[in-house]
Amino acid sequence: MSAVATAPAGPAVPTIGRARFGSTLTGTGRMIRFILRRDRVRIFWWTFSIVAFYLYFMAALGTFDAEAMAGRAALMETPSGIAMGGPGYGVEDYTPERAVANEGITWWVIALGVMSILHMVRHTRTEEESSRSELVRANVVGRHAPAVAAIATLTLVNALIAVFSAGIIVAIGGEYVTVADSFGLTVGVALASMVFGVVAFVFAQLTVHGRGAIGLSMAVLGAAFFARAAGDMMETHGSPLSWSSPFAWAQQMRPFVDLIWWPALLSVAVIVLLLLLGSFLASRRDFGGGMLAERAGRAEAGGSLAGPVALAWRQQRWALFWCSLGLGLMWFATGTMLPDIADLMRDMVESNPLVGAVFGNDPDGFVTAFLGIMLLYGILCVAAYAIVMGGRAKAEESAGRAEIVLARPLARSTWYGAQLLVAGIGTVVMTAVTVYAMWAGGVAVGDETFSFGDYTEVLWPYLPAALCYLGFTAVLYAWFPKATGLGWLLLVYGFVIGMFGSLIEDLPEAANYANPLYWVPEAFVESPEPSHMIGLGVAVVVLFGLAFLGFRRRDIPAV
Amino acid sequence: MTTVSSGVPAIEIAGLDKSFGSVKALDGLDLTVPTGEVAGFLGPNGAGKSTTIRVLLGLLRSDAGVARMFGRDVWHDAVELHRHITYVPGDVSLWPNLTGGECIDYLTRLRGTADKKALRARRAELLERFELDPRKKARTYSKGNRQKVALVAAFLSDADLYILDEPTAGLDPLMESVFTDYVREAKEAGRSVLLSSHILSEVEKVCDTVTIIRNGTAVEHGTLDELRHLTRSNVTAVVGSDPAPLARLDAVNDLQVTAHDGGTRVTFDADNADIAGVLRAVTALGVHSITVTPPSLEELFMRHYGDVIEADEVAAEVAADGVPSDRAARKAARRAAKKAGVR
Repeated sequence: MSAVATAPAGPAVPTIGRARFGSTLTGTGRMIRFILRRDRVRIFWWTFSIVAFYLYFMAALGTFDAEAMAGRAALMETPSGIAMGGPGYGVEDYTPERAVANEGITWWVIALGVMSILHMVRHTRTEEESSRSELVRANVVGRHAPAVAAIATLTLVNALIAVFSAGIIVAIGGEYVTVADSFGLTVGVALASMVFGVVAFVFAQLTVHGRGAIGLSMAVLGAAFFARAAGDMMETHGSPLSWSSPFAWAQQMRPFVDLIWWPALLSVAVIVLLLLLGSFLASRRDFGGGMLAERAGRAEAGGSLAGPVALAWRQQRWALFWCSLGLGLMWFATGTMLPDIADLMRDMVESNPLVGAVFGNDPDGFVTAFLGIMLLYGILCVAAYAIVMGGRAKAEESAGRAEIVLARPLARSTWYGAQLLVAGIGTVVMTAVTVYAMWAGGVAVGDETFSFGDYTEVLWPYLPAALCYLGFTAVLYAWFPKATGLGWLLLVYGFVIGMFGSLIEDLPEAANYANPLYWVPEAFVESPEPSHMIGLGVAVVVLFGLAFLGFRRRDIPAV
Repeated sequence: MTTVSSGVPAIEIAGLDKSFGSVKALDGLDLTVPTGEVAGFLGPNGAGKSTTIRVLLGLLRSDAGVARMFGRDVWHDAVELHRHITYVPGDVSLWPNLTGGECIDYLTRLRGTADKKALRARRAELLERFELDPRKKARTYSKGNRQKVALVAAFLSDADLYILDEPTAGLDPLMESVFTDYVREAKEAGRSVLLSSHILSEVEKVCDTVTIIRNGTAVEHGTLDELRHLTRSNVTAVVGSDPAPLARLDAVNDLQVTAHDGGTRVTFDADNADIAGVLRAVTALGVHSITVTPPSLEELFMRHYGDVIEADEVAAEVAADGVPSDRAARKAARRAAKKAGVR
């Protein structure tokens, strides 16, 4: 047959088989491996953080004696304890593992729910929205393979975290910690979190943009959180409203109290139903298409969108709104705990001398000390906000948006000034929200230790300190744009010195000077030292002055 | 409309240097764009085009040299100058949460305008011509649509100088021709344009002069005709007698000889500088037919860079051996002679 071998090749016509059963899933295995490869660092840190959180929580509660646990249990029966904690199983005889289950599940479901939502959307709709999925799907990959791979990997990650977490609980738990209860806790959390991941899978079929799917899924997560909290407040150990929330499906398994498994079946059933709904929708839509139409925006800008301040405000307003709302609620809840705090603190200090070192040993000063520490936390959150917003200018510059604006008749200092002005106003607002939310929380439960005026007096010295963080980031950005991220150093420094400074012996006083919060008077105890306040004010002015000076003379883009 | 004193060039760059760390992005760059001229600005990626433009915009600070627009210093008088210019980057990034229309209006308002009514009419016209839906969020726009937003914003402003950095990247040919229409319109209105581009046909269509830069230095400058003169035309002819004499001419390159009905077919590239001598030689062979094709800008560009790449090879060989090899030396000498002859 040598004649055939030497004949010129004709047009290539491959033999193409018919679609085999399950061909829409072709390539799923390879995609699973690819997702695990792509996310390996992310998966490691999620697993590590969650397991470390379990470890820390168990270990911290292990230092409590019976009396302190009883105090904690009492706090968990207050409305804010129920809202931030759980339905209150086992509070009659509170043990560390019962506390972990009662108070922790809410937070692990939130954390892992967010992880699941981001995972699903990242590997389905966001891939589709970019052109990446198109490249993959044009290959030998079935229609449903990417989604199935995303769900499979999500299950794997949640299972991994559940197993490791249960392992750590068993490893460090006391004699009453059983393997079954530990798995009851972590598997319940994993399944409840998966529910939100699958919710995101359904939304990813409906919306055209990943952001939309994430936003809607987060809204469901938030609603579920509030439904559970409100339901549990209405009735001890939960009402029908609680049972509408996946949070309850994990909590009602009552690990370490009276473990029952069937609530987990609710999570499983909802996951299966949503998966069916999602695949039904997925089979009926076009690649890249959605079912919810994108709302058309304004064809012309409103009259207010004139000038760089207006634009910076547009860019930052939602961040400010959500941070104010989220942190405001958190500090409000903290305020509502004030009446119970003195008792709890007394017990804690008696059982743990380290707590005494941080909060002081005078029982009457506990509320003041507690407020002081909470305000420090609060102001550090504000500082974080200031640092993030101080970095917004850098984001504008790296994206190239600063360039097109500065090519217009707009002075550099005007543009940068607008960015900093809006960030500065946001910082001031956040400071006020933090301080007054604690006041409002206290007032709501009838605590009148300190008046509105007292809180106002505490508030204003914090303002220049908070602006120092913005100014410091601004100077870094203006002079060393690549080092803008080092703005966080000032915050870490302030945190370490503020929290643990009193624990370190022979710490020279001068080590505190670089910490803006050092110059702020102790809340509700001292009155502001005029020279310190003037010094802080001068520091703010100098920092902003330096920032403008540096920004005027450097290259753009420098990052 | 703003008037600018005549006689002052729109852009005047002399001996401009700019380094980023150890990398020299601009190395003694010279570039002049007289008012009312559309100047093409060519060069491979990394040649320094965008750096030059960012210096002109007062975004980058030059290390040495002069950079002026309309006689004013680009760094010192940046904001005042920006009232008279408009800029389109090659990769437009917009505020993701604003619609295209909002982006356009925001950019326009930064300039300020007197005649709101005329502006609205022109805005509507531009949106229609560029087929842009202004109600979509910028995050949903494709690259081409983001580019259109910047183009609409640019042509909405009544600028005296348009600085366009690869403005049509990502546009389809229809949109590209809309773009060239607007550039021509600007030119007719006496405006100046600096057009950095990779699309040579576009440059050929609208530009009066062309500057080619490489490694931060202007290596060629002139009108297209002038640049063509520096290079070679392609000649194809069918001649009666033996074409051997042609091969001996210095001005004849890459000679190919094939048999043809009733004669010999010759194809070669002729140096335009000595085209007269070449034609005499061809005529002497008894011409049956002849076509002479001027080089397209693309050929010009490729040839220019081919040349410079050769020079780099020579430099590399010299560096490697310490002494230039025979081949390299011959090449270098030939090039030097040619340059000297042309200038």
